Amino acid sequence: MEYASPRSLDEAIGLLSQAGVDARPMAGGTDLLVQLRTGARRPELLVDLKQIPGLCGIDCGSQGFRIGAAVSGAEIGECLPLREAWPGVVEAAELIGSTQIQGRASLGGNLCNASPAADSVPALIAAGAVCTLIGPAGRREVPVDDIVRGPGETALGEAEIIVDFRLPRPQDGTGDAYQRMIPRTEMDIAIVGAGVSVRVAESGECLACRVALGAVAARPIRVDEAAAALMGRRPDSEALEELAARASAAADPIDDKRGTRAYRTRVAGVLARRAAEEALRRAGDRWAARSQSS
Amino acid sequence: MAGRQIRVNINGTDHQAIVEPRLSLADFLRHELGLTGTHIGCEHGVCGICNVLIDGRSMRSCLLLAVQVDGRSVETVEGLAEGEKLHPIQEAFMDEQGLQCGFCTPGFIMSLKELLDRNPNPSEDEIKDVLGGSICRCTGYAGILRAVQSAVAKMGGGRPSLLD
Repeated sequence: MEYASPRSLDEAIGLLSQAGVDARPMAGGTDLLVQLRTGARRPELLVDLKQIPGLCGIDCGSQGFRIGAAVSGAEIGECLPLREAWPGVVEAAELIGSTQIQGRASLGGNLCNASPAADSVPALIAAGAVCTLIGPAGRREVPVDDIVRGPGETALGEAEIIVDFRLPRPQDGTGDAYQRMIPRTEMDIAIVGAGVSVRVAESGECLACRVALGAVAARPIRVDEAAAALMGRRPDSEALEELAARASAAADPIDDKRGTRAYRTRVAGVLARRAAEEALRRAGDRWAARSQSS
Repeated sequence: MAGRQIRVNINGTDHQAIVEPRLSLADFLRHELGLTGTHIGCEHGVCGICNVLIDGRSMRSCLLLAVQVDGRSVETVEGLAEGEKLHPIQEAFMDEQGLQCGFCTPGFIMSLKELLDRNPNPSEDEIKDVLGGSICRCTGYAGILRAVQSAVAKMGGGRPSLLD
């Protein structure tokens, strides 16, 4: 196996195109190096993306945020403007692995590893994040929702990589949250993950909502029918119960050593509801902070 | 398979070596440099025994290739003591019996080093968050928590009341 650490996007795409299917791009490597050791992947060439400036750093502009695909979870956790704007995305990124994994692990890697249980993915889908891909055919923008096809499978073309993730500045009354259930508190794989974002009017009426679930299907799923339970209403406990029931109904999980199908299905609803409650609380706090400052 | 030249600062000393791309940082430290203070447990990132600091951040040395630390600085448990004088975290682990067999200890100590370097007065949640990244199989967590309290006090931070 060979290793390359290109310093530019052009160089990286060149190396990946030349080597074709025998090459594997790598950001933090916290999933990939395990796969190399078990023999699940046997690339001829590893292309380390962490030296490419375009994949590093977080920009907080007036329009929104650009998070480099290779930025570590630790750096994401320390970006206060991002935490303030999208706390659900940041808490999800901070749940990947453990502190020592977060020194390396990235959003780009978490997404491209394409685990159905990836923690950051439901939160990014709920927040409406879009990623920029670049490959031999050029650049394109794709919602995070459209990247994962199934376990280990993505919509990325050959020699195509994720450069960055974009999130808008949240509108007034926006709140997001991510909730996860695992057997250990660190270094485990989600039994269920639930990301929710909401936008509420000052009256409390829910104007927009997105719900995404992890670890209950072959890929992270967006559950619009669960989100619809809150839309146009002031979310009371009846509406939240409906959201939970629809989240459970959308879950189609496997049985494994971490949880049975029945348990995961039930927990999907519980966590979707808890995430929605937290997102609504944050949205309400935002309105409260705004009326205090004006 | 071509070796690659790397330059890396380890515990304050510059090293140059030619390494195979597949060589993990943990194996590089132990087998090439003889720094066997870094222990290897599961070799797939789960146990947290092999933690070292890279440019001051704790990472799993089994989940890094030696080639990935080219140009960077690595700190291992061997870098903590000054001669015979132990680092306050090491002293605290001895004083409070924060270890039994000692196999997991370097991993815990290096993670705590990062935490206390960045935040001399961490909250209980912040401490537990970091400790949660490593596993102790002698069930020594109570001693480890006492050791963290003691280390925080030795290093001048406030005393968290973990065991109250």
